[in-house]
Amino acid sequence: MSDNRNVTERDQTANVTQTGQTRNMPKQALAPAVDIAESESGITLVADMPGVAKDRLTIKVEGDNLTIEGQAQVDVPENIELLHSEVRSPYFRRSFTLSRDLDPAKIEATLKDGVLQMHIPKSEEARPKRIDVKVG
Amino acid sequence: MIGSFQVAGNLFPELTRLQQQLEELFQPAGTAGIRSVAWGAFPAVNVGSTADSVEVIAFAPGIDPKEIEITVDRGLLSLSGERRTDASQGQQAADTYAQERFTGKFRRVISLPEDADPAKVEAKFRDGVLHVTVAKKESSKPRQISVS
Repeated sequence: MSDNRNVTERDQTANVTQTGQTRNMPKQALAPAVDIAESESGITLVADMPGVAKDRLTIKVEGDNLTIEGQAQVDVPENIELLHSEVRSPYFRRSFTLSRDLDPAKIEATLKDGVLQMHIPKSEEARPKRIDVKVG
Repeated sequence: MIGSFQVAGNLFPELTRLQQQLEELFQPAGTAGIRSVAWGAFPAVNVGSTADSVEVIAFAPGIDPKEIEITVDRGLLSLSGERRTDASQGQQAADTYAQERFTGKFRRVISLPEDADPAKVEAKFRDGVLHVTVAKKESSKPRQISVS
């Protein structure tokens, strides 16, 4: 018993330190389906997170690690009995490793109708440049 | 590593997904009728029941609620529509690294329990979740019979 409690407490502390917030995400979470595309300006990441409202979405960048987390909320009657379920967890989580040419400080994110769209720009130095060749 | 964006832990979510799919495959589907056996299709659907209603939750992110067509016919609730690719995304993109999200037309059919009342259907849409409530027929609601 006391061992269990210790583990829980330690986990919570670890979470608080790592994420800088108190909301704990359970270990079991669904990986949202994503589209990832690159253009000259940066990378666009689109993730399906149905039922996730803005205040229940967390985007974290720790070092080169980008994590998106969200909790879906669906208002159902209290005494509901589940007959059929394809979505087994209300939690979404997925992590990505950012490469050095990306600028995590300038990530833009929008959330609309359960779709998270992020743009991760490339740092200025990493953008392709055209070099004019002078005719000598 | 190839590409400038590495999908960390890509394998594990994929394995989890596979596991879920396998679980679903071998699980007896409670409400699946002959016309509604499409597992893992878009949108994912959860169905629940209360004493008064049948609740169908369809996870349909990125869809204009006006474009979802909901019909009830012969005890079958059908949801259809189309999810289009984001135009701003496709045009200027040079490379695509992942394309897991569903695009195109969809249609899902859910067989409703016998006591569902097709005349009383309500639908709400919020944050990419379509919530359809089908009332149950009065006659089928649980009643308490008092002994006189």
